[in-house]
Amino acid sequence: MPVKTTENGEFKPLIVAFCCNWCSYAGADLAGTSRLSYPADVKIIRVPCSCRVNPLFILRAFQRGADGVIICGCHPGDCHYTTGNYYARRRMTLLFSMLDYLGIERKRTRVEWVSAAEGVRFSEVMNDFAKHITELGENKKLEDLRCKKSLD
Amino acid sequence: MQEIFGLIKEKAEKLFADGSVNRVLGWKKGETEYDRIPSVFESAEELEEFVYDGFCAANLSKYLIRESREDGKIAVLLKPCDSYSFNQLVKEHRIKRDNIYAIGIDCDGKLDIDKIKAAGVKAIQSIEENGSEVIVHTLYGDKKFNRQDVLLERCLCCKGKDHVSGDEFILAQNRVDTTVKDRFEDVRKLEAMTPDERFEFWRSELSKCIRCNACRNVCPACNCIKCVFDNEDSGVAAKANVDTFEENMFHIIRAFHVAGRCTDCGECSRVCPQHIPLHLLNRKFIKDIDELYGEFKAGADTETKGPLTDYRTGDAEPSLISDRGGSN
Repeated sequence: MPVKTTENGEFKPLIVAFCCNWCSYAGADLAGTSRLSYPADVKIIRVPCSCRVNPLFILRAFQRGADGVIICGCHPGDCHYTTGNYYARRRMTLLFSMLDYLGIERKRTRVEWVSAAEGVRFSEVMNDFAKHITELGENKKLEDLRCKKSLD
Repeated sequence: MQEIFGLIKEKAEKLFADGSVNRVLGWKKGETEYDRIPSVFESAEELEEFVYDGFCAANLSKYLIRESREDGKIAVLLKPCDSYSFNQLVKEHRIKRDNIYAIGIDCDGKLDIDKIKAAGVKAIQSIEENGSEVIVHTLYGDKKFNRQDVLLERCLCCKGKDHVSGDEFILAQNRVDTTVKDRFEDVRKLEAMTPDERFEFWRSELSKCIRCNACRNVCPACNCIKCVFDNEDSGVAAKANVDTFEENMFHIIRAFHVAGRCTDCGECSRVCPQHIPLHLLNRKFIKDIDELYGEFKAGADTETKGPLTDYRTGDAEPSLISDRGGSN
């Protein structure tokens, strides 16, 4: 499990961002070259399309201790593969609704559309999401009842 | 049901006699009075073991994936709810329709042995179905049940008694409607709970899983040649090393994989030895799909695109979920 506190004991969230290679990943690059800052708590994982994000990835991220997961893709209509993000949009809507149904806080997941030209937006989105997750605090531990170490 | 059983058997014998099929897919008696095994009959003589009663709940359509690839034509018996799964498999090109003679058969709801046993019935010797009555003969005497009280959960919210496909139908004169509740009733109950209550509910339910894979093996929609959960690298071979959330995740992902294709046949919950209400996961997806992308009944036909293999440019944004009211 990653260490999630700063030296002064403040909570430092772990955020996983799945970024589409053709837009948001380049957007993050632009944010960097434009000297715009975004929180270091955001760990970016490059994917070929937002549609590549398997629901399993999101659950695995939560299982391994992520406090928030954000998926960034091209704006609807601008997908590099024409329609990938439309499918991703349906999938993620259903998955988020299911996570809510399972009692996993729904505000810990988000989908944002960020293009390669939107470096400013990328930095804003990440700052906002990190702030939001920091306020929510640490995520519930997803584990089997049988594996629970202490009966608290 | 007895007259239907006679008619089906007669029909199967006739099909063998005129050589239009070389196999019949049906049910035969298992070890106990309430155990009915899906089985392939290869000749009229083998039909001696054939049975059709209130415990023939198994959905036979999944067996056609393998059987329809064999030589010759196979006749299959489909209850109304099985015909949805059958259509869905035809749509996905998983079964060869030309090699199948589908016989739609009547169903008046299937019985749940767990409900009968829960009433304290022991040492069952035989079970008699008599219209709206079920009489269980045991070593300690007979016990009568109202048929409606011992039906499977899925039959209480039956999708309808009409078949959506089939080459021929064998139906009863007086057809019984077993529907008494809305199938989304239980989903709505869960939705009304607080997120913490839901978290506790699902964690305790899903933590009962022993990973016997019965739900996966019985599900007509779960028909991948290689399952993502059979990946050697994920540690399936060494169960003790498996991650602590693995069983929970298996059910969430399985439900997601069949979303938009699940016909809500209820087999997963029926076969679960731990009695996990798995159908509640599938029904949540069905409910969401209906609400977000328009009403959709998987398997109602063989042409329409499934909701997850289709899109509209004006679909709802995922933020719709996080912007919903309520706590969290």
